[in-house]
Amino acid sequence: MAEPMGFYTDTTVCIGCKACEVACKTWNQLPATDGGANTMSGDSYDNTRQLDGIHWRHVKFIEQFPESRQDGRWLLMSDVCKHCVRAGCLEVCPTGAIIRTEFDTVVIQSDTCNGCRDCISACPFGVIDINPVSGTAQKCTLCYDRLQNGLEPACSKACPTDSIQFGTISELKARAEKRVAQLHALGEKRAHLYGADDTMLGGLNSFYLLVDRPEVYGLPPDPKLPSRNLVTGSVFTLAGAILVGLAGLFSFRDRGRSEVRP
Amino acid sequence: MIDAPSSTWFTTNPHWQWYIVCYFFLGGLAGGCYFIAALIDQFGRVEDRPLARIGYYVAFPAVLISGLLLTVDLSRPLRFWHMLIERNTLQPMIKPWSPMSFGSWALMIFGIFTFLSFMGAIAEEKSYRWPSFQRLRFPVFSAVRPPTIGGKIVALLGGIAGLFIAGYTGVLLAVTNRPIWADTPLLGMLFTVSAASTSAALLMLLGQRYGWRTLPGMAALQRMDGLVLALELLVLIAVCVSLGSALHGWLNVWGGLLIGGVVVPGILIPLVMSWRHRHQARPNFATLAMLVLIGGFLLRVVVIFSSEMI
Repeated sequence: MAEPMGFYTDTTVCIGCKACEVACKTWNQLPATDGGANTMSGDSYDNTRQLDGIHWRHVKFIEQFPESRQDGRWLLMSDVCKHCVRAGCLEVCPTGAIIRTEFDTVVIQSDTCNGCRDCISACPFGVIDINPVSGTAQKCTLCYDRLQNGLEPACSKACPTDSIQFGTISELKARAEKRVAQLHALGEKRAHLYGADDTMLGGLNSFYLLVDRPEVYGLPPDPKLPSRNLVTGSVFTLAGAILVGLAGLFSFRDRGRSEVRP
Repeated sequence: MIDAPSSTWFTTNPHWQWYIVCYFFLGGLAGGCYFIAALIDQFGRVEDRPLARIGYYVAFPAVLISGLLLTVDLSRPLRFWHMLIERNTLQPMIKPWSPMSFGSWALMIFGIFTFLSFMGAIAEEKSYRWPSFQRLRFPVFSAVRPPTIGGKIVALLGGIAGLFIAGYTGVLLAVTNRPIWADTPLLGMLFTVSAASTSAALLMLLGQRYGWRTLPGMAALQRMDGLVLALELLVLIAVCVSLGSALHGWLNVWGGLLIGGVVVPGILIPLVMSWRHRHQARPNFATLAMLVLIGGFLLRVVVIFSSEMI
């Protein structure tokens, strides 16, 4: 297996240009929303709103301004599939359509997916959805086809500020830690990495440098694997089945006292 | 999002709607009716065997419709077989740790049991409702009807598979990252108990429809329904407690429907009616059974849509 590859997104240098969204859509031939109709979301400069089956990159615009508007800041973040080392989608997929590649990324094989949508509910980040054109679940592939040909993913290639950086995970982590130290030295003490260490789902192969709490960016503070409930849920279900069985046995074996009179 | 009660609030809904609600309800009825029918076969009296047959008559069509509902709910229905066969290698596709994968196999295996018992019940039927059936003979299927050894084995294994089908759907919901579903491990238990109460109610309803009100099995069904309804109420309370801050997801119209459509008319009123029926010479099971069935359906509506709408 090749060395794990991924993205490091430094949100502090994102300018919200959406070049990543455009590059992603262009390379992956993803359709526009509503056939390209110009609809405004009413949410800042965001017009694609979310990650889904036809938006594999999404730039978030978070406006942090007081009512007086005298001070404030923009938080901008280009969101994408996290390519989790322990991926919930891969865990639950009943068809084997979701695979881990030789680059340690997570890819949905569109020709195998049957659109059961279990992966959509399993993803802790709300990344996956159905592509209405293919009728299958889709998300970022980390440009698997480009990687196989020695090319950089389209989004990071197009990013003009290097907010999205592509490389080996070990190299990206070293770079990210250096950047956090630099920001701390400059007085931005809130700077921290999200998903860079293996405590979060074994590590995210697409991790972020944030300057606020994760939930401010629409990221879950404590993402978990769906399988966390498998054993306890099964045990309780078994207990329920045993209780139902006992109720049935009791009712059908000891019914003399309350028989309906003819 | 900043004040989300749990990390599950950051996820996307899977668009599981009416087909899935109907599957959860019908699958529960199929599993529950088969289980009760097997129970009657193993432990009931001879005169209750018509009730057991009704259970098998319900289970097989319900499983068939369940499979159909699941297939049409797929975004690519013609690829339904990918659930069972790995597309590239054509090897069996099974992931024991994925409730949907395991459930697909369980549904198929349960379908085989329901078919055998359905045919066995037809073979046993002495007076066929339809004349064309009188010309048919099912000697093979008579062998899978208790009290034969084969029949007992089929009923036992099918009954276990039926309870699995009744409950695994709750585990399937728990093994996601969606609000409410993944915030409690008790949905499988709730669905198992609810499947038992709705199935007992349906058998009572059909038993009365066919004029078997005085069969001893009807009283047993009523007693069983009372017990599992009381259990269902306790499990529902436990679900609410276990949800913790995620209970916020039910502090809306869905919570109202849960109380006004499930708890009061679907559990509490039938419990009172069940208790009163014990002192009646010829109780009317129809109202009680209908309330339980509607309550069981609404329970699944609330569980599915309350999360889908977040």
